[in-house]
Amino acid sequence: MAETHSLQDIRQQASVAAKVFIQRDYTNGTMCQFQTKFPSELESRIDKQQFEETLRMLNNLYAEAEKLGGQSYVEGCLACLTAYTIFLCMETHYEKVLKKIAKYIQEQNDKIYAPRGLLLTDPIERGLRVVEITIFEDRSTGSGR
Amino acid sequence: QYFLLVNQFSIQAATVPKIPAALNRGLMDPGMTECQYSQISTVASSPMESQLGKKIPKRKWQTFPGRNKFYCNGRIMMGRQTGVFYLTLVLIVVTSGLFFAFDCPFLAYSLSPAIPAIGAFLFLFVMGMLLRASFSDPGVLPRATPDEAAHLEYGINSPGSGGCRSPPRTQEVVINGQTVKLKYCFTCKIFRPPRASHCSLCDNCVERFDHHCPWVGNCVGKRNYRYFYLFILSLSFLTIFIFAFVITHIVLRSNQTGFLSALKDSPLLNHSDTVLEVVVCFFSMWSIVGLSGFHTYLIGSNQTTNEDIKGLWSSKRGKGNYNPYSYSSVITNCCAALCGPLPPSLIDRRGFIQPDTPQTLCFGNSLVSLRADCDEADDLLFFFFLLHPSLLPVSLASWPFSHDSCLPLCVPHSRSCSHLSTPSALVLESSL
Repeated sequence: MAETHSLQDIRQQASVAAKVFIQRDYTNGTMCQFQTKFPSELESRIDKQQFEETLRMLNNLYAEAEKLGGQSYVEGCLACLTAYTIFLCMETHYEKVLKKIAKYIQEQNDKIYAPRGLLLTDPIERGLRVVEITIFEDRSTGSGR
Repeated sequence: QYFLLVNQFSIQAATVPKIPAALNRGLMDPGMTECQYSQISTVASSPMESQLGKKIPKRKWQTFPGRNKFYCNGRIMMGRQTGVFYLTLVLIVVTSGLFFAFDCPFLAYSLSPAIPAIGAFLFLFVMGMLLRASFSDPGVLPRATPDEAAHLEYGINSPGSGGCRSPPRTQEVVINGQTVKLKYCFTCKIFRPPRASHCSLCDNCVERFDHHCPWVGNCVGKRNYRYFYLFILSLSFLTIFIFAFVITHIVLRSNQTGFLSALKDSPLLNHSDTVLEVVVCFFSMWSIVGLSGFHTYLIGSNQTTNEDIKGLWSSKRGKGNYNPYSYSSVITNCCAALCGPLPPSLIDRRGFIQPDTPQTLCFGNSLVSLRADCDEADDLLFFFFLLHPSLLPVSLASWPFSHDSCLPLCVPHSRSCSHLSTPSALVLESSL
């Protein structure tokens, strides 16, 4: 059974065992969605349900960011009329949702992933291509030299 | 293991005649043994930084691997050849300037002061859209990190094999019922998302790549397509506006004084300016209005110039061939393209480079991230690589190999380092 680590512990002491990359899911077009298939490397570390729940939440947040609806149209038209100078003082809807996503990932890392020796990297740091999950070495089994 | 590493290096260093100063400072620093010995820290302040002295943190745009130019400390991003862009600017500014200087006073007086006002608004809008289209990030996809690239290269479906196999060139995916092929980009080491394309001029993969516009001096992609479209649309209005009112000016003046004398009486400067305005507007009008019409069609059918030219979604290709990205109606397509949410830039130009993340500054970081579980033989391989004169970068930002040649050094530790490709093979690969 894996020892529990805090996020700080992980970052300062543990060493990386492997990295898992969750690729994008393009079946609905170019919208930012990630595959929810559970990778086999994480089988020993985390519950499948929990993992899928995290990914589903992420996918929902990205869908919200890219949603075409009344709010985005109003923002778009207003921005066009002001020759996009409005974005000098205001954040776009997408950026607001990205902040929400960053907070969500941080929270998930703190509560669920770090205690299991895992770390989720925010996809925006990888160009929204992959969700990178770093698997840290289990100190209890030990593999250092 | 790390001590062994340093010893090997010192042997190597003694036999190799020249080592560039920057590399030498980084590798021969006596403090290196201590920081190499300590485990990897994801905390920003690593011992190496303080021991190397005043290391100014670099912003990501300074080591950007594409062929782009950056200004204002990374705020402005343009393509490589900007000459034609300056021509565009000059043409617009000069023609509009002449219009405001010589035609507007007459028109404001004899017709209405609204004319220069509308003209001014159009001109400012055109300039705003042009600058936005030219200076913003078109939607460049950042290149794969070494870990990701290695993950793809060693086989996505066989993580335990450790075999060095080049990734499949295409991946098929079904989007809304249509089979779309995703191509692997050898330069960026990623599978390109649908609608993305690699611009050979800028050497970047761009999302929803439309075309590289020399007039705008930048690629036109997902993030700046609406600015580009609004630019050409407003420019067509502006050219038609100027053309119409210059003709009106001549007509009105000739009504007042007779046509020939209208041309004769006005000073020579005025006359040639009018002719210049008419000529520029007349010739650019057709191409710009035509281009606006073409892009209006593209927006309505939700296609890119790239897709239209290749005829990817044309019914001529097959009976069941349709555009999987198009929404149900033309209006939705237009709204999506012009008023949809604006995606953020993925390349984070002004962010600071973290010393622990393996990015383009590979040579400095790779030593810190080099793992203790690599074999001795691979350490030697690494040093050969590092010290081979032809692979030493002159400037990390511009040398094409600097990013790719570090690839084997940042490979995840679960994979055996003995499966690294030979230096020559890697050099070949990075030149693709």
